[in-house]
Amino acid sequence: MTEPILRVTDLQKYFGDLHVLKGIDFSVEAGERIAIIGGSGSGKSTFLRCLNFMEMPSGGTIALDGKPIGKPHGRDGARRYPESELCTVRERVGMVFQQFNLFPHMTVLENVMEGLLTVKGMRNAAARERAVRELEKVGLGTKLDAYPGKLSGGQQQRVAIARALAMEPEILLFDEPTSSLDPELVGEVLRVIRQLADEGRTMLLVTHELGFAYHFATKVIFLADGVFHEVGTPDDVLKNPRQERTRAFLERFTEFGF
Amino acid sequence: MSYHWDFSGVWSRWDLLLTGLVNTVKIAGISIVFGVIVGLLLAFMKLSPRRFLSVPATAFIEFYRNTPPIIHFFWFYYALPVLANVSLNPFLAAVLALSTQSGAFYAEVFRGGIVSIEKGQWEGARALGMRHSQLMRRIILPQALTRMFAPFVERSFELTKTTALASTLAYADLLYQAMLVNSETFRPLEVYTTIALMYVILLVTASTLARVAEARLTAYR
Repeated sequence: MTEPILRVTDLQKYFGDLHVLKGIDFSVEAGERIAIIGGSGSGKSTFLRCLNFMEMPSGGTIALDGKPIGKPHGRDGARRYPESELCTVRERVGMVFQQFNLFPHMTVLENVMEGLLTVKGMRNAAARERAVRELEKVGLGTKLDAYPGKLSGGQQQRVAIARALAMEPEILLFDEPTSSLDPELVGEVLRVIRQLADEGRTMLLVTHELGFAYHFATKVIFLADGVFHEVGTPDDVLKNPRQERTRAFLERFTEFGF
Repeated sequence: MSYHWDFSGVWSRWDLLLTGLVNTVKIAGISIVFGVIVGLLLAFMKLSPRRFLSVPATAFIEFYRNTPPIIHFFWFYYALPVLANVSLNPFLAAVLALSTQSGAFYAEVFRGGIVSIEKGQWEGARALGMRHSQLMRRIILPQALTRMFAPFVERSFELTKTTALASTLAYADLLYQAMLVNSETFRPLEVYTTIALMYVILLVTASTLARVAEARLTAYR
């Protein structure tokens, strides 16, 4: 068995008194595509956001390539995370947000070049070349000089995907990438994600698009009340769930199916 | 009412008023520069998670925002020499009064601009692996600047009008010069109407320039 890229041990997260993640153990191997599903408030977004430290874990360890991130600090199991270490982690673990989070004062091309210039220290010409390549890949080669505010939601999200891809992350996190899109724009974004799956990229996707999760994922996780309730192949979890809780969740989604 | 307007006295002392206008522009310009420096310092102190920086900054801002400006003119001119055994000339005392007080107001403008930038912008930059200093310089401040611009200009106009208080320290600003001309000509109606219009022309010109600059800053919207 190969060493996982990412290993999470006993991950805990509190928001004040609210216990959101209750000791999660989890690992990601190269090439895995993991879909995380669950009701709102189940902690699935928080879990994903802990993996690139958009949220700071309250306890437990996250290790990249077997090397735990941060240093132990204090007695309660909390860790201290130096900025330089977090920046390195975030370079290797990219993220696509529900709200795109593009930089409105920069053109599409500048958005994608930004990380290459400031974080990777690439030269302008090389950064430009890579950014153009990634934008062409997501079908936006003709929008290089547009500002994000002039694009549709689906186009903005594709720029955000190109921006994350340009950094050449080893793992890509998608936090409900289609949840703020109009229904007719969901398809164009999912097609891009599907294309990345065909390239064998390692990805984690938090989503409500169960149909897409079924076709996309190599593994599906049902998260409820801050713990992994059920983990398995898409067929196991989405077609033949063993847990009553999972069944109830899926039924709510298929209630109006046809 | 059969008042006969007579501007001949004003015309004859035009040179005095012009010197006053130049001095008003000078003191306003210098106070804006120092005020911005004080304001930036206070804004970053107040934004700091370290309480030994944020608490004094908050106290300073509240003190200067909630006191009448003229007190600070008197304080730097009459009170500081008692405390520190230095006496300031009217110009310096007025610059200190204006830049500390407007610094307190600028600080809130700058801080407001920075905190108004959506959480997603910070996260989008962090997720790329940018350091705090990089994301401030490349992502947050450029956007915050465009939002700060209008309130910054507003505040600077306030400051420019407040410079008239420097006349109470016998600094030769536009108002002080007007008082001189008035004491020579006994034509208060003409004199004070004239300088009021001079303030209007000064600030309307400045606001036109500001609008042009703002249109360029916000071209991406």
